[in-house]
Amino acid sequence: MDTLWLFVKAFVVGGLICDVGQLLIMRTKLTNARILVLFVVSGVLLTALGLYKPLVDFAGAGATVPLTGFGYSLAMGAIEAVNRYGFWGAFVGGISRTAAGITAAIVFGLVNALVFKPHAKP
Amino acid sequence: MSRQPFTPDRYRELVASHTPPSRQLRGYLRAFWVGGTICVLGQALTLWAEKLNLGEITAPMFTTSALIFLGTTLTGIGVYDRIGKYAGAGSAIPVTGFANSVAAPAIEFQREGAVMGVGARLFTLAGPVLAYGIASSVLVGIAYWLARGWVL
Repeated sequence: MDTLWLFVKAFVVGGLICDVGQLLIMRTKLTNARILVLFVVSGVLLTALGLYKPLVDFAGAGATVPLTGFGYSLAMGAIEAVNRYGFWGAFVGGISRTAAGITAAIVFGLVNALVFKPHAKP
Repeated sequence: MSRQPFTPDRYRELVASHTPPSRQLRGYLRAFWVGGTICVLGQALTLWAEKLNLGEITAPMFTTSALIFLGTTLTGIGVYDRIGKYAGAGSAIPVTGFANSVAAPAIEFQREGAVMGVGARLFTLAGPVLAYGIASSVLVGIAYWLARGWVL
């Protein structure tokens, strides 16, 4: 039952965050690239203001899987690294905490581009 | 009939005024259920990571890397773009969409070569996301460092 509740929370919160993106696509002239940048930076700022962590605690992957969650990891990394290393932590923490994801995207993206041929646009 | 210049803004207004509300609702529903489902998959991976006794630091790495692997592979076999056409932001906003934004242009521009084609195009969309994301995290870190110095 608890597990089911975890999934429901992740589904609803994750779905709602995506609908914010859908709203931006349908109602504004923002390009996809700008929307992605906006989401990551919003995640960083909301985390800095202490507003995003409660959402992560509540919804788990529903809050960490959308790109705002990438911003959350960047900001939490920077803050935790400042606690550990002082000033230079601000330059270390963001990438450290997100290194696995960034590296996975680059390596898997690279391998895919070397293995697969381009597809016709659907 | 006014002879307003036909700007992108005016085009958008025209499209919006001719789009039935039901189609907009459909867009939100699709984004909601596809985005929500990807997050549920992430939650399942997180629970699996806990079962494998991965620590607090490594469990999110496992989840994120697995989703990114899924995103790039579905892009490689040409499936993710189809999902994107159906789901809009529902597939663009989750981290699998970030993976797609890395792999898709790299695959598309293969013919420009392994270095300036594949190598550079990996960052067509990821570049701006990483640049602004990382820069803002540095600002937050410095602000936090300053605030901490102030209080202590």
